[in-house]
Amino acid sequence: MTPTAIALNRFGLGYRRGDALPRDARGWLLGQIENYDPAPPALGDAKYAAEDIRALIEQASDIQSDLRDAQEMGGDKADEIRAMRQDLAKEQRQGFVGDVALRARLALESDTPFMERMVHFWANHFAVSSDKDRMKALVGPHEFGAIRPHVTGNFSDMLRAAALHPAMLAYLDQFRSQGPNSDAERRRERRGGPSRGLNENLGREILELHTLGVGGGYTQEDVKELARALTGWTLQGLPYAKAAVPQPGGGAFFAFIHEPGERVILGQRYADTGAEQAFAILDDLAQHPSTARFIATKLARHFTGDTPPQTLVDRLAESFTESGGHLPTLYRTLVGSEEVWADEPLKFRTPWDWSLAMLRAGGEPRLADRKFAIMLRELGQEAWTPGSPAGWDDRDASWTGANALLRKVEAAERFAGAARLEDVRELAETMLPGSLSQTTRAIIAGAESNEMGFALLMASPEMLRR
Amino acid sequence: MLDRRTLLAWGAAAGPLAALGPRMAFAQGSGEKRLLVLVMRGATDGLSLAAPVADPAFRRLRDAWLDSYADAPKLDGTFRLHPSLGEVARMYADGDAMVAHAVATDYRERSHFDAQNLLESGASRPFERRDGFLNRLVGLANDGDMAAVALAPAMPLALRGENPATTYAPSNLPHASEGLLARLPALYGDDPQLAAMWQQAQELEGLADSSDMGSLRKASDAGTLAARMLREKDGARIAMLDVPGWDTHANQARMLERGFGKLDALLGAFRKGIGPVWKDTLVLAVTEFGRTAAINGTGGTDHGTASAALLMGGSVKGRRVLADWPGLAPSQLYEGRDLFPTTSLEALIAGALSEHFALDAGRVMKELFPGRSARPLEGIAA
Repeated sequence: MTPTAIALNRFGLGYRRGDALPRDARGWLLGQIENYDPAPPALGDAKYAAEDIRALIEQASDIQSDLRDAQEMGGDKADEIRAMRQDLAKEQRQGFVGDVALRARLALESDTPFMERMVHFWANHFAVSSDKDRMKALVGPHEFGAIRPHVTGNFSDMLRAAALHPAMLAYLDQFRSQGPNSDAERRRERRGGPSRGLNENLGREILELHTLGVGGGYTQEDVKELARALTGWTLQGLPYAKAAVPQPGGGAFFAFIHEPGERVILGQRYADTGAEQAFAILDDLAQHPSTARFIATKLARHFTGDTPPQTLVDRLAESFTESGGHLPTLYRTLVGSEEVWADEPLKFRTPWDWSLAMLRAGGEPRLADRKFAIMLRELGQEAWTPGSPAGWDDRDASWTGANALLRKVEAAERFAGAARLEDVRELAETMLPGSLSQTTRAIIAGAESNEMGFALLMASPEMLRR
Repeated sequence: MLDRRTLLAWGAAAGPLAALGPRMAFAQGSGEKRLLVLVMRGATDGLSLAAPVADPAFRRLRDAWLDSYADAPKLDGTFRLHPSLGEVARMYADGDAMVAHAVATDYRERSHFDAQNLLESGASRPFERRDGFLNRLVGLANDGDMAAVALAPAMPLALRGENPATTYAPSNLPHASEGLLARLPALYGDDPQLAAMWQQAQELEGLADSSDMGSLRKASDAGTLAARMLREKDGARIAMLDVPGWDTHANQARMLERGFGKLDALLGAFRKGIGPVWKDTLVLAVTEFGRTAAINGTGGTDHGTASAALLMGGSVKGRRVLADWPGLAPSQLYEGRDLFPTTSLEALIAGALSEHFALDAGRVMKELFPGRSARPLEGIAA
């Protein structure tokens, strides 16, 4: 691969039809770090502000409580409310498809595709998944509101925003967690009622998936202590937490369910400062050497394949630590690393990245629609639906399924029919400048139509890997 | 003219692929034993699947739904099968099906999400592990030589992990044109990895023969597809399939008539499709937890604890209900509301799998479901 082909494909989202090719591959990438726009105009219509999320949760809670009341009263009212609930669920499913299409459109229209890659990378690092009940309306807002604004900021700010965003608090059931010595629990002891207890999910995932990583040096007791510190973090708009204090990221802090007292995590003491206690811990976790190494390894794997060169991992970890988690510095170190500019393709494209590359090659914004979301499901990577807080696996074995290859061929041919293409031979040379094999060139040239040529280009080894 | 089938034959024999030697869709389908795992997502009501109609407490709790069991297949002196499970009833009469009742995993809360995670990962706490119990089974059986396929567009947790497994789903996309398909072997002529993937794709497609199929949501198609994947000598040995739609908070009678009807159609199509290989087959149908014993205010049931599991196939020592029946009187219910769990689902699965694949039961339990106190059950499968 030539440096231009590497910049376009390994770092970026693929060539976009109509664009001029960058003359200085590295300079083009570095410029994108400066020019990244966290909230481009297309994002204007999306509803992801704190008050939008609050309204969403209030609406769902109201329907639930109306339903309970109606059930006690008997009669047909309950059926009516259930129909309303179904309508709401349908509306949220449609909203989800709209958010996926918007995500694709942002990537398609972006002049900073390298940074869009980083948006997707970080969203997957702090994964929430749409397959859990009531998550469909929250996964888009999580990326739009908690990831995008911090992609060229500091890791610690992104950690605060992403781990304590309402979507994460809902996904990992943090809002159900209650301190065993909280005021809420004391009242329960006096008056009876079901005990809610401590939920460790978010505490564990912050340590295992967001910061230190498996083997990063924490114990089960650290997980518990973090879970205790996190009690009180809940959603805005829940009927039982009306007194909760709204927090800037869209979450809320409800002192009534917070576990009082000092916490000790990784040997460090944290005074009980309410909502601030979790922030203080997260800030320290963000600076931990294990976090630097974990992030460096994931980032290196994302660009150089399953077993990233140790030299690259070390350099990125050092860059992370020295800059205090300053992400633009980390990206500059990445771009400046020879290992990432290796000639040979290093990695398979995920279905998401492959689909976007196709969309950009086709150059038709209208193709980022409902069908696009459905196609992703067929290809085995429905957007924002990794099914696990660990996110999509970033190793080749997850994306080299035989079935998926055939589905790509089918998707490419269908797409080719919808995109208005010119000469696909020329497109191939532009998309993969100086990097097209003789075989691929010959097979494309021998296609019986321009559309078939496009499908072959999309299915070519040069497109499937990068 | 080239049709799909001749193209497959041609693709397998001609061109640079031949240089790679004979290939099969799966590395090597060694061993005769087959396993189909159906995950009934959403918490199936075990008391509807196999209803203890002779239990007076059940008759009180489920009075409104008793009528539908009047002519339902009798399992023994206590239980009747749901009336929509006619195919299962026939298997049961043939000695090829059993019900295990009052079973539950170690999970004792009521989140589908956490409970399915625990069931599929086999961990003793949700999200503790990233790999699945079926993937670990792949590593245990036949010295790791056990082809596994998830019939789904993406790999479910149960089959994720370090051992090889693949996915297959019939396409909802239009089929690629023959002209395009014919050119792909040449496109991958210099690329052994992609050439092998392409050939495997074509063979999976050949095994599945899914051109006449709808999506996996059509139950009989899903059953036929599972049978096609498992029945061939060079096909898969383990297949997994989701059967969703069991979260019956309201209008349960109607939802289950449809749900069990679909499950029955799936199993009927599978039984028919797999033919004589049925004798070497074990089918497990399991769910993440059960539902409340009493009917709620909306003609449904809510998240509960113990449920029932179905075990089928020629391998099963069938025609019986395996249950340490806890009873359904108020004092006998778990937390005053759910069927009390008396048998470990993990121990049932580990016992059945170790007998079916002739593996050491203790080892299967330890690898698939570490940290459990229950001992694997015996005498489930031959």
